[in-house]
Amino acid sequence: MTAVLDQAAAVDLVVRGRRRRTLRRAATIGGLALLVVGVYAFSLMYGQTFYGPREVYDVLRGETVPGASFTVGELRFPRATLAVLAGAAFGLGGITFQTMLRNPLASPDIIGISSGASAAAVVAIVTFSASEARVSLVAILAALATAILIYVLAYRDGVVGTRLILIGIGIAAMLDSIVSYTLLRSAVWDLQTAMRWLTGSLNNATWEQVQPLAIAMLVGIPLLLSQSRGLSLTQQGDDSASSLGVRVERTRIVAIVAAVTLIAFATAAAGPIAFVAFLSGPIAARIIGGGTSLMVPAALVGSLLVLSADLVGQFAFENRYPVGVVTGVLGAPYLVYLLIRTNRSGGSL
Amino acid sequence: MTDAHSLVVEGITLGYGDRTVIDDLDLVVPPGRITAIVGANACGKSTLLRAMSRLLAPRGGQVLLDGKALHKLPTKEVARTLGLLPQSPVAPEGIVVGDLVSRGRNPHQRVISRWSSDDSAAVAEALRMTDTLELTDRSVDELSGGQRQRVWIAMALAQQTDILLLDEPTTFLDVSHQVDVLDLLTDLNQRRGTTIVMVLHDLNLAARYADHLVAVREGHLYAAGDPSEVLTAQTVRDVFGMASSVVPDPVSGKPLVLPIGRHHAAAEVGRPVEV
Repeated sequence: MTAVLDQAAAVDLVVRGRRRRTLRRAATIGGLALLVVGVYAFSLMYGQTFYGPREVYDVLRGETVPGASFTVGELRFPRATLAVLAGAAFGLGGITFQTMLRNPLASPDIIGISSGASAAAVVAIVTFSASEARVSLVAILAALATAILIYVLAYRDGVVGTRLILIGIGIAAMLDSIVSYTLLRSAVWDLQTAMRWLTGSLNNATWEQVQPLAIAMLVGIPLLLSQSRGLSLTQQGDDSASSLGVRVERTRIVAIVAAVTLIAFATAAAGPIAFVAFLSGPIAARIIGGGTSLMVPAALVGSLLVLSADLVGQFAFENRYPVGVVTGVLGAPYLVYLLIRTNRSGGSL
Repeated sequence: MTDAHSLVVEGITLGYGDRTVIDDLDLVVPPGRITAIVGANACGKSTLLRAMSRLLAPRGGQVLLDGKALHKLPTKEVARTLGLLPQSPVAPEGIVVGDLVSRGRNPHQRVISRWSSDDSAAVAEALRMTDTLELTDRSVDELSGGQRQRVWIAMALAQQTDILLLDEPTTFLDVSHQVDVLDLLTDLNQRRGTTIVMVLHDLNLAARYADHLVAVREGHLYAAGDPSEVLTAQTVRDVFGMASSVVPDPVSGKPLVLPIGRHHAAAEVGRPVEV
């Protein structure tokens, strides 16, 4: 044991430790943000035709550049922007549920919340030919209803994470079959639409898809971030968080509503991009370490995942694959790994 | 501390679902002293502690903190006066000791606030008192059980509340660490005048360390008072359903409970009493 330090030296130790950790965290988040900006810029420039930074910049400023104005301005710009926003929304929604239920399996794309949004959107489009705005609205209502349904079904003297997850997985399977059935029966069925609603896709991304999501994020993100400290404290257990002055129930309700909103709007815009919500949080935790809120890093990781997966899906293979296929290939092994690990440690889910 | 906070339980009834766990119980916590609550498994002592820390709303009666109904006070205001260490808090994966202890400052911070020098001072003092300063940068996951418990207590100390409630703070610790923790709580009580209320399993440690002993039986208060008066063979038989011999502890002079059991008892102690 070291010599007993006096109070001044101890304060110094505490202050220095905090400063070191804060700096390291800020540097990691800054690095992630730079990566997102870098990949975003790259996906504006790269494609079948390469446009340099100069041309891209001119297009973004609104000048007419032959060829680039259409390819960059109309195709790549909304597509890359949708990737960043949807990725961030999925990342935030995922980490919120994972933190709240203290379980990496508790992600909204595993427990059926994304499926709820998907199913409602598909039915709205195929059966009722609803407009973009109405589809978003229906998706968010359905996602909220799914969240409430899972919560109610899992409730018995309080909610136990495992029960909620298992019920959620069952609900997700049912809702996914509704998506498949509706797509199969529909007259307007085509592969593009189907892929968007089955695994998520950024093909044919337009500003009409980006806009509602952007607005939802302007509202949802501040709301979610305002709860992030309380939410981190609930990881210690409700009793401990409550005795530290957190209003546990209120924190949870605000966080659920905000997270479900983000997930629903992102799903309405880009489909349930497979496993992004599920993967972002754990990756962010691995990068940044525990003990602080993972919201911002998880959002950045989500953006990065969707941006890069979309690039890979578009250009890495002979055929073009929708982004959800690529993230699905990444996510599925991780899901299996998690299940094996929990099995080995002899625990339940 | 000159004007210690008061914590009073008035005719409280508590339960989960249709089960009543505590029925019409009264309790006055002596300010600035150490109170230990003892009782058999499932007698409701942990439930009582949860109600006293505002985690469980009473079905009837009330808990009064400085004369005001505890359940009507804002969560944060309560958290600045009254701290609780639950039985098995969970450390978030990968958190370092310094960050976990810093979380104790939450009730003193506003929604958007900078970490203040008061906060650093409180955390430093908590780490010093619990002798965990050298663990500051270690991950909580890799600590031993005894170290981890000291870190949790440090978090509760950083909260700087005048009342501290602890639910079985010595469970899962070996005997030397149990004594360490109880010594530490006694230091805290003597140096800062902190009112301490803890649920304890070990009757002998409870008798040794508590100024005020509360025995709970099947949801009712059986006896409360000085350990020397409360802890008798009769109490042990009524509360725990066990025959015992109670002798003065040669170390502290407090009562020491010696269970009789069905075997090994010397002839002069006699057969166990039917209960």
